This record gives sequence, structure tokens and C-alpha cells, in this order.
Amino acid sequence: MSEIKTVGVAGSGTMGAGIAIVAARAGFRTIVFDARADALERARQQTEGFFAKSVERGKLTVEQVTTIMGGLSGTTDIAALAACDIVVEAVFEDLKVKHAVCAQLNEVCPPHAIFASNTSTLSISEIASGSGRDERFVGMHFCLPAQLMKLVEMSPGLRTSGETFETAWDFCKALGQIPVRTKDNPGFILNYFLVPFNNDAIRMVEAGVAAPADIDCAVKTALGYPMGPLELLDLVGLDTHLLVAEALYASTHEPRAAVPPLVKRMIAAGQLGRKSGQGFYSYRGNAMFGG
Amino acid sequence: MLYELIDTGNSRSFPAAHALLEKAEGHADAVVIIGENAAQALQTLAVRERKTVVLIELGTEALGVHTGERRGKEGSNVLGFARFRLGSADPTNLVEVVRQPRTPDAAVAAAKEIFGAAGLQVSICGDFDGRILDRLVRPYFNAALRRLDEGLGSADDLDKTLELGLGYPEGPIKLLERTGLEHHYDLTKALYDALGDPAYAPARRARVAKQRESK
Repeated sequence: MSEIKTVGVAGSGTMGAGIAIVAARAGFRTIVFDARADALERARQQTEGFFAKSVERGKLTVEQVTTIMGGLSGTTDIAALAACDIVVEAVFEDLKVKHAVCAQLNEVCPPHAIFASNTSTLSISEIASGSGRDERFVGMHFCLPAQLMKLVEMSPGLRTSGETFETAWDFCKALGQIPVRTKDNPGFILNYFLVPFNNDAIRMVEAGVAAPADIDCAVKTALGYPMGPLELLDLVGLDTHLLVAEALYASTHEPRAAVPPLVKRMIAAGQLGRKSGQGFYSYRGNAMFGG
Repeated sequence: MLYELIDTGNSRSFPAAHALLEKAEGHADAVVIIGENAAQALQTLAVRERKTVVLIELGTEALGVHTGERRGKEGSNVLGFARFRLGSADPTNLVEVVRQPRTPDAAVAAAKEIFGAAGLQVSICGDFDGRILDRLVRPYFNAALRRLDEGLGSADDLDKTLELGLGYPEGPIKLLERTGLEHHYDLTKALYDALGDPAYAPARRARVAKQRESK
């Protein structure tokens, strides 16, 4: 079994940057690739900001951060990932885009390197089929924000070898994360349960069963969830929810995954959630009002 | 707010001592009726229309069963309520209060005040099957049980994913085992019969638990 020393991350969006923080913090030499220099720069600043807070909170020392940052580099040249033993791709959630990136990676990476996909809704087997190394391909779905959330959903594709899955599983634990094993099913476990649950809550608002604040209060009080479904949707953004739910519905055709019509009406009206100041709740500054 | 308590026995919402029961007065303008014969007590309640609010404990039935309905214009000083409780677990701190389209706001406010003073949280909902929580959680529980059968993940991994990923205090499989799969069967079967939505059709594991209970 090959030992993992160098980690590549393809894509320096929110997820990619978070995964890179996790890998670098765990002591792996980490190389982040993104074709857009501005995206790399933004990720670099966010990473520095994150570690500065870790020092403030006493979780890391300045010396530790210096060492971590010394092992973390960014590049716009995909060929720099030739040194990697594993590459986690966190590029745009589109099968063609992922196939194109994986095909390029397959050209530059050594034969032993494992490819892992951070997809949340696409099929691992389908992404793997365009990678040129479907036996050394695995699903590794980190939660947002990856640098704070421990859970990783790990899924083998139909052709993933047992050795690849084991190596990736051990790597996940070496990152300090907590892996769970799931089948290569749309939405894996988390989104498979969460997206329809949130849709159901939206349908209840739509049908006038109860106001958002009453639904959220019921869920938090009776079930102890940290957030109600409608508060959570406002935080995630209804536009993002629409993308994830449409992807899940397209692959499952399960009625509960279908996006309720209210979502598109709210998006059209600019009610995206917190980021637009209005969703199921109104936001003025940091305060939240009414239902 | 002063209220009178009529306890008809075997209340599912208040099976044990509670501030709501202790704070009740002998005679008052507001009335709280609890227990399995609440419907009968409501029918025989004197000068019921002169009360500020009459709160009647519901089982799974609609409030309209007790008050009657009028073309979407129903609503009076009679409101329904139930303290949410999963199967054999203790009741939670959440009271679902059921109103109708024309229920006066003053009656809703009085209900909130009475339950709030007893330390309970109140969610107001319309007179819909399953109210808020059963309507929302039963399809999720059924999906979790089905997916366990289909091998999406082990019971532990399904639970762990929802606990770590979403901060739920307890994953669905553990929760259903703790509170009784057969109780889930009863609730979801009633909603399936009422709504005809396959999402509420009792999952196999719930059906098995129910069949074993009646063996």
C-alpha cells in the first residue's frame, strides 16, 4: 500500500480551500491548483485569516501556523500536482467540468495517485468513468465548512478497488476527520436526508400549515436540532438549495426531492435568504425578525 | 392568566406533575381540558362561548372534529393542543396549538400566555393532519428505515452522519429504537391513511415491530 505524503486539491473555492486547510493542518504537504489566480489569492487570504483566528483562540501557536503555511502552496499550473499521492477534486459541481479536470490530472499525476471527489450530488462511478483511473477513484464528501466539520462521507464507485478505499479511509483518519461509509447513491447520506426534509418544511410554509418561525421553534424545541429547517435554508441560500435539490431530483425522481414552487418564486423576488436580507425571515444587520 | 383545568384522565400530554396543572385555579375565564375524554368534557362545558379561550387536548384528530367546520370560515375560542411526544419517550417542552382560519387572535394570544407561563414553548399551526412535527418527521423516519434496509450505510453510520453533519442530538435509527418503532408505525400509518402520500407509508422495519408487538 502506498503511503500518502503529498496532497493535491483541485479547485480553490470554499470547499477546496477548507479541504486544503485540513490537509495542511494535519501535516501533509499540500498543493492547491486553480486555473484562476484570483481564486487562489482569495483562498490564501481566507486561509491566513482562519489560522490567525486559530492562534487567537489558542488552538495553534504562531510557530505551528508558520510550519503549516510553509507546507501549503497554490498553483495555476496543473502539472505541479505531479508530486501528489492523492488529489481531492472540489471543482464546479458539473460532470463535464469534473471529467475535464480529472482527465488532465490523469496525465500529470503518477500512476499510484488516488483521485477523490468532493461531489455532494453527482455519482462517484460516473465521475470516475472519465478519470482514466476508475479503480483508484473514491468519493470523499467533506461538510461545509470543511476546516471545522469532522464528518467525511466516503463512497466507493462501482469499480473502486478495495485497496484504494482502505488507503483513502486511512488518509481520512490521518487528516483528523471522521469517515462514514456510504454507497455511491445520489446525495449520499447527508443530502439524501436533508434536502427532502427541507423541501417538506418549505411545502408546509407553502400550504399554510404553520409560519416559518413556528416550524423552526417546533423542530428545535422538540427534536433538539441546532437550527430549524427554514433558518438553515436562509443560511444556505435558496439559490444554492435549488441547485442541490434539482441535482438530487434529476438523479432520483423522488417526489420529496422535487423543489417546491415557492422556492423559485422567492428567488425571482430576490428573497435568497440571509445574503439578500430576506428569505423566510427578514434580516436587518445581524438581527432576525419575524416569520 | 387564570385558567381552570378539567382533567378527564390518562392525558398523553401531561402524564405527570407539571406547572401547567399546578397553576390552574378553580374557576376562571380560560379552560384547559386534558385527557382521553376531553371531547365529552368540551360538549358539556357550561357557557363555553363566554370563555376567553378553551384549550382542548387533541390526539391525532383534527380540531374541526370538536368544533365543526364552515367552508373555511370556522374559528372560535376553542383551540386544540398537544404536547409533542415521540412514542414511549417523555413529552417534550413543545406544545403545538391548533387554530382555525377565523380563530380570534386574542384566543391565540391567551393560549400562548397560558402555556408560556408553565414554561412550555408554543408553535401555532393550522388544523392539518400531523400538525407540524409528525407531518415533517414521519417521511424522514420512513426514509431512514428504508435506506437502512437498502444498505446506504450501517445504522451507526447513518446516525453518525446526521449527528456530526447536522448537529442532530440523535440519529434517526437510534431515536426510533429508543422511542419505539411500533409507535412510529401507528403515527405514520394514520397519516398515510389520511394523506395517501407514499412518503408516510410505514417502512418495513416499523411494520415488523408492530407485528411483533401484537404477537
